[in-house]
Formats: sequence, C-alpha cells, structure tokens
Amino acid sequence: MEHKRTEILRLLEKDSRLTAQQIAAMLGLETDEVSKTIDEYEKNRLILGYQALVDWDKTDEEFVTALIEVKITPQRGKGFDRIAERIYQYDEVESVYLMSGGYDLVVIITGRTLKDVATFVSARLAVIDGVISTSTHFILKKYKEKNQIFSVLPEQEERMNFI
Amino acid sequence: MMLDYDKILSSRVMDIKPSGIRKFFDILQDMEDVISLGVGEPDFITPWHIRDAGIYSLEKGFTKYTSNAGMMSLRKEISSYLDRRFALKYDPETQILVTVGGSEAIDLSLRVLIEPGDEVIIPTPSFVCYSPLTTIAGGVPVFVETKAENQFKLTAEELKGAITPKTKAVILPYPCNPTGGIMEKEDLVGIARVLEGTDIIIISDEIYAELTYGQRHFSPANLEELYPRTIVINGFSKAYAMTGWRLGYVMGTEPLIAQMTKLHQFAIMCSPTTSQYAAIEAMRSGDKDIEQMRSEYDIRRRYLVDGVRTMGLECFEPKGAFYIFPCIKSTGMSSDEFCERFLIEEKVAAISGGAFGPGGEGFVRMCYASSMDNLTEALARLKRFIGRL
Repeated sequence: MEHKRTEILRLLEKDSRLTAQQIAAMLGLETDEVSKTIDEYEKNRLILGYQALVDWDKTDEEFVTALIEVKITPQRGKGFDRIAERIYQYDEVESVYLMSGGYDLVVIITGRTLKDVATFVSARLAVIDGVISTSTHFILKKYKEKNQIFSVLPEQEERMNFI
Repeated sequence: MMLDYDKILSSRVMDIKPSGIRKFFDILQDMEDVISLGVGEPDFITPWHIRDAGIYSLEKGFTKYTSNAGMMSLRKEISSYLDRRFALKYDPETQILVTVGGSEAIDLSLRVLIEPGDEVIIPTPSFVCYSPLTTIAGGVPVFVETKAENQFKLTAEELKGAITPKTKAVILPYPCNPTGGIMEKEDLVGIARVLEGTDIIIISDEIYAELTYGQRHFSPANLEELYPRTIVINGFSKAYAMTGWRLGYVMGTEPLIAQMTKLHQFAIMCSPTTSQYAAIEAMRSGDKDIEQMRSEYDIRRRYLVDGVRTMGLECFEPKGAFYIFPCIKSTGMSSDEFCERFLIEEKVAAISGGAFGPGGEGFVRMCYASSMDNLTEALARLKRFIGRL
C-alpha cells in the first residue's frame, strides 16, 4: 500500500487533473481510498497545490524571468533560513533554493520589465542584511520545464494504423 | 499485350488471404479525429540515448555492412542481456542471429524446419503472420483455439490432441498478442511432458517478454528438457520502443542458428548497421527505460480493463503484452460488425478478434500503448457506443 500511495503522488505530479476514480482504476485501488489519501496529503501539505504549465510565449503577455544567484552570510542559530525567509516573502519571488557550490541561494523572480527586475534586485534583495552579492541572469527562452518540451515535436510522415 | 498475372504469380502466394483488416484502411482514409487503438506499437518514441547512439554511428561514418549474423559486440550484449534478464544462456559466437525484426526470425525459423506437408501447430488467437509464413514455407498450419477460461494458455491436452506424425513445430506466442495470455513454468512443464520423445521444435515468440505484469516472463528454453528443441525469438521493438528500427534476434542450438544464418545471409545480408549500433546502447543502459515503460503500460492496462468491465463487457485481465481482448458477444454483433460500426460511428479503431485466427470471433483487440488522454476519450466513446445499442 505504501508503494501505491507513492504512485498516487507520481500520477498527480504528472497530471493533476486525474480524478480519484481514474487513479483508483489505474492502480487497482478503491476510489474512496484514493480520495482519502489525497485529502490527507493536502492537509499535511505533502501536496502543496495544483498548477497548469503555461507557455506564456504564445500569449501577448510580456514579462521577464530572472534567475538570481545570491551569496549570503549565514546567521548565528538560523543558518541560511532567516535570510531565505526574508526573500521568499516577496510576491514576485517564484522560487528560492539553497544551493551547494559557488553561491548560496537561487532566487527566481518574474517581473513585467527588465527594469522591474533590476529594481527588485537593487532596492529589495541586495540591501537585505547578510546578502553579500547578487548576480542576475535573465531567462531568454524556455525549452523544457517539468518534463514538458515547449516546442511541438514533428509527427512522423506516415504511420501504420492497424496490426 | 496484357500479361495474365493470375497465371504468372505463384499460386502459393496468391492463395494466401490478405489480412482481413484491409477494408478499415479505406474507411480510415477520410476520417479525422480518429483514436487508433489498432496498432500494436508503443506510443513512446525511442529513448534519446538510444537514438543518439544511432546518430553518433552515422556521424562516425559507420555505414557499411556488418557480419551476417550481426556485430559481435551486439551479439555479446544480447547474450549478457538474456542471461541478466531471463537466465537464458546462449553463446554469441554460434547461437545468436540478429534479424530484421522478430518477423524475419519467425520466417527463418519456419523455413529452416519445414518440409512440404509438415504441420505447424499454431495456438490462436495470435499474431497474424504465423499461418501465412508457414504456408509459404510449404507447411500446413494446424490451429489450436485457446480459451479465455484457460487464460488463453495452450494446455498440454490441447497440444497433445493436435500432434500428428507430420507435426514439425509448435509456435508458442507468449506473452500473447492479442490475448495477453502468458505461459508459466508449470504450464511449460506440462508441454515438455507432451513433447518428450518427439522431434517437435518449439518456436517461442517472446517479443513481449519484457512486458509482463506481476511476474517475470518464463521461457520454454528455461527448462533444461526443452532447451535443445526451442527457438527463442525476441527483438527491440516492444521493449525499447524501437519498432521502426527493425531489429530482432533469434537464439537456438548451433545447428538451427547456422542454417538460419545461411538463409539470412542470402536474403538480407545483414541487419541495418545504424540500428545495430543503437541496439548496443539499448542493451548496455536501457534496463531502466524498460522498467519505466512497463510501469506506465501497467497503469494503462488496469485503467482500460476497469473501464470496459464497468461497461459490462467481459474481459480477461491480460498478464502480458499491451492489449486488452474483451469479449463483445453480449452486444449481439460480430467482431467485424462491432469494429466497423465503432470506427464509423465513434471514430475509434480497434481490431476484430477474427483477424487473429480461430477463436478470435466474439472478441476485439484494443491496444493500450496509447496516451491516457486517448484511452480516456476512447472509453468515453465506447460507453456512448454501447449505450446506444
């Protein structure tokens, strides 16, 4: 059963629109059992949310996404968490990760313009106590995200339909 | 002057019936928004590291013939793969031949065995090629209908009943397309007992060996007493989603493989070089791809079986391959009629069980190697279709 519970998460991670009934059929479980497990996961925040993966380049919306490397000084007793917290509270911050290697945090933010992002970095991020330096990289094109390729792969010219 | 081709062409060829599903092609021609559950092919594309190995071999200019039996490095990989995955022992020097798909291997096996009038026992419903290839080789197909109540296994009694002094070979098409039946160890022990003391050869078509659910595939060649009389056929198409690469392989004792290699040499020369390079990569580091695809198929299998059973159709739970084979007798239609109407009215292509030989009538084959979206939509259309009847 524990294995099947993990399978529920895997299926939902791939397609969060699957119904409990569908998942039950796919894994050979009872629908009630699946519903209960999902409810539990949502309550425990093991499942944090359900989102669509959008290719915004196909819309008229204009915005820029930046990946910012941040070096910080860890604080006594709190390590990196206190500063990370001060960063991730901003709405424009999409993701924050603690990293190994040449810098400490990666912050991903989306703004309407380059200027928005620049302002956020200089006025908000760089001035936080403990932030030593930042290095901002703008994302130019997304090829693949969450296992989904953004461009459409071409179809083979001719395919067999039977047998 | 018009030539009379009916007189010119070989009657042996002309007498072979074309595949019964030809007419569906014509219906399908002008249709849009069709969901095809009709083709027995993975919907995955070949994993990138395997494709990349093929591309790399082309960049390097590896475009010449290989040795007739296939590259030695590939045969060694096949040998180690068979040992690793199925505990089958074959010597890469003398017991393995790389073919153009499993189909060529089936053809070669029949050709090296059959004398005119020899009988070949073919359990049905099963893949469509065994009977025509037997006929072309000069043999006589002898069909044995397997039954849903026996989980579509070939039972020892059924086999015994079909054997005559002319029996040359028996085909064991397991895991079975289209039924999803498999043969387990104790079933094969029974088969071994029946064959003991005869010269009958087993042609074991194991192209779906990696796709079993709940238990690993067991080959007749895993039994010591059957090993000398068993030809094992396998390939890359289903396990690694490599159908278009056309690459299979066949194993047996040295005298069998030597004769097959001779025929293969004259008819084919060697299997495609690019495909062989890709295949080496598949065998070296493709085990995880197999597991991933199998667990995906397993999910779809349960989903589809559950779906058709909910609609009240009887359906054997397939133990291997990637098809469900529900019984549609309750609809009062013949399999042909069911498939034709399902295609015209709901635009879903499935295959009439009758195409797979005696015993297939009353059943329909649907392939679940298709995306979940397709399967969900196909089930919705099936429900609508059956509800209307």
